[in-house]
Amino acid sequence: MSQEESLRLGQVPAIEGTGQAEVGSPAWSATPSFRARVAWDRWCAVFFRGTLGLVHLLALGLLLGLLWKSFPLLGQLSFGELFFSTAWHPLKGQYGFLAFIVGTLGVTLIAMGIAAPLSLLAAIYLSEYAGKRTRSVAIPFIQLLAGIPSVLFGLWGMLALVPGVRLLGTALGFRTTGYCLLSGGLVLSLMVCPIVISVAWEILQRVPMAAREAALSLGLTRWETTRHVLLKLARRGLVVSLVLGCSRALGETMAVLMVVGNVARLPESLFSPVYPLPSLIANNYGEVMSIPRFDSALMLAALILMCVVTAFNLGARALLQQLERGWRS
Amino acid sequence: MRRRKITERIVQGLMVLSLGALGLCFLSLLLLVVFRGLHGLTPAMLLETPKGGFYLGKEGGIANAIVGSLLLSIGATLLSLAVGLPLAFALQREYSSARMRAATRLMLDVLWGTPSIVFGAFGFVIMQLVGLRTSLLAGTLTLALVILPIMVRTMEEVLRMIPPDFKETVWSLGLTRTEAFLRVLSRQALPGFLMAILLAFGRGIGDAASILFTAGYTDNLPSSLLDPVASLPLSIFFQISTPIAEVQDRGYASALVLLVLVILVQVVAFGLNRRFSRHLIR
Repeated sequence: MSQEESLRLGQVPAIEGTGQAEVGSPAWSATPSFRARVAWDRWCAVFFRGTLGLVHLLALGLLLGLLWKSFPLLGQLSFGELFFSTAWHPLKGQYGFLAFIVGTLGVTLIAMGIAAPLSLLAAIYLSEYAGKRTRSVAIPFIQLLAGIPSVLFGLWGMLALVPGVRLLGTALGFRTTGYCLLSGGLVLSLMVCPIVISVAWEILQRVPMAAREAALSLGLTRWETTRHVLLKLARRGLVVSLVLGCSRALGETMAVLMVVGNVARLPESLFSPVYPLPSLIANNYGEVMSIPRFDSALMLAALILMCVVTAFNLGARALLQQLERGWRS
Repeated sequence: MRRRKITERIVQGLMVLSLGALGLCFLSLLLLVVFRGLHGLTPAMLLETPKGGFYLGKEGGIANAIVGSLLLSIGATLLSLAVGLPLAFALQREYSSARMRAATRLMLDVLWGTPSIVFGAFGFVIMQLVGLRTSLLAGTLTLALVILPIMVRTMEEVLRMIPPDFKETVWSLGLTRTEAFLRVLSRQALPGFLMAILLAFGRGIGDAASILFTAGYTDNLPSSLLDPVASLPLSIFFQISTPIAEVQDRGYASALVLLVLVILVQVVAFGLNRRFSRHLIR
């Protein structure tokens, strides 16, 4: 084995005359020929590229699998019967998704209504005002929170939120158990915040310092700088953070399931129970086999969810790409 | 001028208030789980499987759920690592065209965003198709799908962050790309890889919606890949849902176990990252 070759392979070179090369592994196994190395490289490349195809197959399979399963229902009932009817009677073959769709949208809207101002303000504070110490505590804490399982949020909701919401509801003159639209929205808003804050913070960090300096040198206050300069430059990015939060909220299952009450009716007030799509899927998988077309209905619910969330994610991605192009020029 | 200063103050106050409110909510969540959980936590709970009448407040523990959760998420992490590592390499410019990379990243992002309940439903469809019942195998496979995009996107970013001069040095030594990636560059990326693996594992252990359909639930420890398994999130959910106080107490204790596991994984991830990052070439 020549010295260059062994260096190339990252081994300690054998010193001439000590006979190390013979004692250890035979030289031919340590240094494959050039052709063998290239062949090995080619095979690995083929294998690696194969996994790329696997991802596309998986995504396609996901879509087609759900479509295939929900097809019987799509063929049987009209569009109006499915999406604009609240009649949900699986035993009679009626599957109106309106109540579930309204439930999902309602919970998400409340969550975003609360989470958007709170987390944007928090992100601006962390990016523009907070000192190094606050930041070094807050950022890892937020990352930690983003990883907390949703069951724990649901637990917190049942224990801390639901009684409070019940009190509030009765005080306002509604009959409520506390398991309602508002509780679901509140729990979700807390779950969404870490995501929105971390994305928004990252976007704000990427705004060039020179923009801030120019505004401050004109005598603007911090907030005026933020409002007139930062928010203008980072507007799209902040929208992206909200959209990503929204797509998380739409698909959240366990935490919401535990606090919304799960009654398939159109909600009359903030204090009525609702039944979002993910909860519908999670709650009913046990009965799938006994009722005709029921599995079709659940898969259709999953399909709707997937399409909506994917649309949100793709929208966020497109916005982000536009933004990056804008900053580069 | 005065009005501007006042606005400044008000806005600052609002920001501190919102950050404080969020912090308070999260702190109350953590404290609630810790204190209510400590109350019901006993050694027997961690070591025993549920006995008859467990859900009525009689003896037993959640060992079935702890073991099940660990099996599921370790299996899923290993599986998605086996696919994810080659995938992360394949997403580098040395291996595939720009268009293919962009398209695959798009797909991975779409999969990342897809709610885990949708994966659960999809797993259920596939199970019906091949005639598999709820089992450890099905749960592991589905969970692997959920965490694959997270792992791959993180690992791929880490590989892309390797400084170009470093790569050029490696090419100049005459290595083929596979030798370079497997022997040299993956060492530089090791801390990031560890982080990606542990974060994916942490995500897997807390996920309930995907294994609800596919892994099932049982009071026993699994004896083969085709047995159903319990998992911590579901165990917490079932225990909390009962009206009996003792069972609920144990539910909180299980929640504490899950919380500790998740935090431990994150702390270990950050610690390892810091430790291994010392040897990186910058």
